[in-house]
Amino acid sequence: MAEVALKKVVKRYGDTEVVHGIDLDIAHNEFVVLVGPSGCGKSTTLRMIAGLEEISDGDIVIGDTVVNTLPPRRRNISMVFQNYALYPHMSVRENLGFSLKIAKRPEAEIARAVEDAAAILGLDALLERTPAELSGGQRQRVAMGRAIVRHPDVFLFDEPLSNLDAKLRTQMRVEIKKLHAKVQTTIVYVTHDQIEAMTLADRIVIMKDGHIVQVGTPLDVFERPVDTFVAGFIGSPPMNLIDGTIRDDTVVFGDGRSLPVPPDFAGRLENGHRVVFGFRADVLMPKGHALAESGTVHDIDLTIDLAEPLGSESMLFSSLAGKEIQARMHNPRAVRSGEVLTCELHLDKCHLFDAETTRSLRGDG
Amino acid sequence: MSTRTKNILTWIVTFVIMLIICLPGLWIILSAFRTNGEILTKPAIWIPQNLTLDNFRAIFGYGENVVGIPVASYFRNSLVISVTSTFVAVLIGMTGGYAFARYTFPGKAATFLWLMLSRTVPGIALSLPLFIIWSRMGIIDTQFGVILVYTAINVPFTIWLTEGFFRQVPRDLNEAAQIDGCTPWQAFWKIEFPLAKSGIASAGIFAFLTSWNEYALASQLTRSTDSKTLPVGLMDFTAQFTIDWAGMCAMAVIIIVPALILTFLVQKHLIAGLTFGGVKG
Repeated sequence: MAEVALKKVVKRYGDTEVVHGIDLDIAHNEFVVLVGPSGCGKSTTLRMIAGLEEISDGDIVIGDTVVNTLPPRRRNISMVFQNYALYPHMSVRENLGFSLKIAKRPEAEIARAVEDAAAILGLDALLERTPAELSGGQRQRVAMGRAIVRHPDVFLFDEPLSNLDAKLRTQMRVEIKKLHAKVQTTIVYVTHDQIEAMTLADRIVIMKDGHIVQVGTPLDVFERPVDTFVAGFIGSPPMNLIDGTIRDDTVVFGDGRSLPVPPDFAGRLENGHRVVFGFRADVLMPKGHALAESGTVHDIDLTIDLAEPLGSESMLFSSLAGKEIQARMHNPRAVRSGEVLTCELHLDKCHLFDAETTRSLRGDG
Repeated sequence: MSTRTKNILTWIVTFVIMLIICLPGLWIILSAFRTNGEILTKPAIWIPQNLTLDNFRAIFGYGENVVGIPVASYFRNSLVISVTSTFVAVLIGMTGGYAFARYTFPGKAATFLWLMLSRTVPGIALSLPLFIIWSRMGIIDTQFGVILVYTAINVPFTIWLTEGFFRQVPRDLNEAAQIDGCTPWQAFWKIEFPLAKSGIASAGIFAFLTSWNEYALASQLTRSTDSKTLPVGLMDFTAQFTIDWAGMCAMAVIIIVPALILTFLVQKHLIAGLTFGGVKG
């Protein structure tokens, strides 16, 4: 059993504060993904949990122990590094068994644990090889094997898939998810890739500039982003965001076009309030090529600049009030550039953000 | 020019260059097995007429014309001084190199620069100050005195060399080892040391050869069998009016052989590239 708790954790390098007092509670067996652009403090946070970086202020608790000053070896954690960090002078077997050997466990136990881990990860045939003789994916698996072999309280993953090619990445993503189901351990996973975050996480922690911006389930952060940063960061393609001003329950854009205020926000906003209107490509679809959905629908005529066929759907690029926007076309047909299409916008799924604070104007958000 | 003639030309040039480099050494080895008379004959005899082991027997106290030179003592001094100073220099160099590679501390760049600059001072320029200080301290003509000097000469180089090798060992490996349960000390010995071994071996060989062959300073700081090293001992073959070239050459061979053997033994460790594959390359 191991919960992980970060309480007002601060990291400073000299005078520069890079992590500004973050709070986070991670439940036992939970798969939490820290995600954010580079330099947001996610890796530093992970390394502080690991004990590879000292914390400047606050507390980190693993299980029932405050681990602030404990060295990594006393935290019962294991970590998978971005570049694998396998010991090049040892065979796969020795790499896997290294932690148990350091702990002075009996030979037979080490051998059994190594065999078990190898079986889980399909490394049986590679045990006598050295890391140099393995492919990228195999090295990645050895790195994971080294982590699971001693049944730690917490697994830490530091961008483990970023060195793999796209196909292998998808494959390993599935393996990590399966691994979590098998070993049932708390996982803290760092990535800059929002798709990895969405697919793997029980809960996503979105970080920016050393702050936690939002914590929630993947669907939560996708459907109810707390600000324009999260709206733009989570989801592919990013949410369409257009600046506008409130006037009589409509949002008027710079070019004079307007859209109704989405029902969730209606009647709460004063005239003249400067807002950002946000909607995903998934809720803007050409008429006749939309998925049947109930709710409030508003029609807009859009001049299509470019269509990107993806097979089962096409992405349409257009512009609204001078901003490039994307729409999704289901059951696609060929679209000429310059063609004008009437599109349905599902207002129930649209968002309004305050233009100044960038925060969501959703009452509960 | 065809590839063939090019090849032949390359071989000829290489041969001539190697001849120029190796000839003095070969001449010493050859002379070690000849009589003094034959060496000094004019016109010179290029092809040895009769080879003999008498020179070696004389050095080790056998045969008719025994040379009164305590080679055994010199050998022991050389060995003790070289091995000790190498060991200490490698130990200091390794820890120092590791510190320079891994940690940041105030004055790091300046310290490193000064260490390197110390190597620009010609050793012989130190001999007089060293002699004065050493004699005041009473460590003239002691093994300790020479060991101290050689260690000081070797440390900057060993630091510089091992630093480069430790820097090639990714820091992640140390961190991975610590997470796997190692103390920082264990992480060093079990992971980083084995990976930088080839660099440390190179530093060791270099330090050993420097100490083993050094003549200028040793000739100032040693004077009796208590501390005289083999290169200094060579001078024992010169008398007021004669030089025993044959004996000197035989002794030179005795000096060369251990160094040669050591180099052959350790050279397989000099092959770098052991760290490949541990992390994403």
